Amino acid sequence: MTHTKMDVSASLTPSAGTHETVYRTLIEVDNVDFYYGQSKALHDINLKIPEKMVTSFIGPSGCGKSTLLRCLNRMNDLIDGTRVGKGEIRIDGVNIYSPDVDVIELRKRVGMVFQKSNPFPKSIYENIIYGLRIQGINNKSLFNEVVEKSLRGAALWDEVKDRLHESALGMSGGQMQRLCIARAIAVNPEIILMDEPCSALDPIATMKIEELIHELKRQFTIVIVTHNMQQAGRCSDFTAFYYIGKLIEFDRTEKIFTNPAQKQTEDYITGRFG
Amino acid sequence: MQLLDQQLAKIREQLLMMASLVDRNLNAAMRSLVERDDKLAELVEAEDSQIDQMEIAIDEMVVKFMATHGPIAQDCRLMLVSSKISNNLERIADQAVAISRRARELNTQPMLKPLIDIPRMAQVAQEMLRDSLTALADKKPELTLEIKSRDKSVDEINKQIARELTSFMLEDPATITRALNLMLVARCIERIADHAKNIAEEVYFLYRAQDIRHGNGVGEAVAVE
Repeated sequence: MTHTKMDVSASLTPSAGTHETVYRTLIEVDNVDFYYGQSKALHDINLKIPEKMVTSFIGPSGCGKSTLLRCLNRMNDLIDGTRVGKGEIRIDGVNIYSPDVDVIELRKRVGMVFQKSNPFPKSIYENIIYGLRIQGINNKSLFNEVVEKSLRGAALWDEVKDRLHESALGMSGGQMQRLCIARAIAVNPEIILMDEPCSALDPIATMKIEELIHELKRQFTIVIVTHNMQQAGRCSDFTAFYYIGKLIEFDRTEKIFTNPAQKQTEDYITGRFG
Repeated sequence: MQLLDQQLAKIREQLLMMASLVDRNLNAAMRSLVERDDKLAELVEAEDSQIDQMEIAIDEMVVKFMATHGPIAQDCRLMLVSSKISNNLERIADQAVAISRRARELNTQPMLKPLIDIPRMAQVAQEMLRDSLTALADKKPELTLEIKSRDKSVDEINKQIARELTSFMLEDPATITRALNLMLVARCIERIADHAKNIAEEVYFLYRAQDIRHGNGVGEAVAVE
């Protein structure tokens, strides 16, 4: 199957002969161009990201995958001179670039975990409840509940339950990254964006994050940028391949990693370029 | 050429070298039967261990490549298919040894009958094998499309040979040993055709990512794209 612009969204329905599951689209990227100043970083991107699934973005450095990820919760707004040139990004049908959208509310719905873990120089407990505190909540029993629930959700509770009030900076790299995931889920988002969350972690910590991603997709829609092809293959249900600012192919991960439709995709995933 | 491609090329090269040895042994085994040449039969038996070693070497290369490169897509299929093809080739070589052994026994006695159907059957099986390997080497999966139907014709010749040799045995019990040896040879060729068909299916899977074994996918009515 050759993927044209229209095919990209059509491929969300599994091909004939498999179960006729139709996925509900949560995020819809519709004809989006994106600019850093005069430089066009994304060209006419069309993508439908299904709800409660893991979608990975892959592609060589500079292909625009992180740029698109940051568009999904308007993190790019923080960079001067950036703009969405045309098109819309809709979450649940609402254009998130519409002037009446509250960006703070948007980022509550769309949490983010970065490449380098960035815990605040506070206790583990305070890191988790930070999002609630800045919302003006001050309810100790709610805090306790959220801390335990979030740390359990991030598969970290058993490791830190006896040192919740110690500094988060004393944790290992893998634990810090899971703490950041716990902090992201503490505010109960719908979507979690992950920008190369395991690139600084050892294989054991990476495996824990991947297991966690597998668990989290029951509750959240996850979009992950990764340079690790095996990780994209293991973790995600859908994969989008980008090259020089264009979406080349989007399909079920199994299809992308066994029999991609585009030669560029195959050359990239098999390590022949990029 | 990248290191990755160099290593893949080495595996393909080893596989094709093994295939060429197997084809030569199979040819020699059939000549030892038709030309009643014991020396050729002995040569086939002596060279079999080299083919066994090549099968092991290919599996080692495959395991090493998988462990170090984590192959994806067609590279991944090439690993799986290389191991399976080398296994089928090794089993064809074993059948060639079995034919040689039967030939040496048959050569100690007068010919039961002129050999017509068995060489014809062997020719079909060898062509099936060669076409499968050409499809592999030249990356032309469409060459494998007819091979399944040729396997059926080999099965038919085998049945016909079995009927004919049974009538010899019923007529004259003195022919039983020779007739049974010839039936075993025919059975070996039938197995060789099965292995050639297996190789064809693997080659199709390698290049088209579609599993056509056991009537799956496009099955016997493979549509030419």
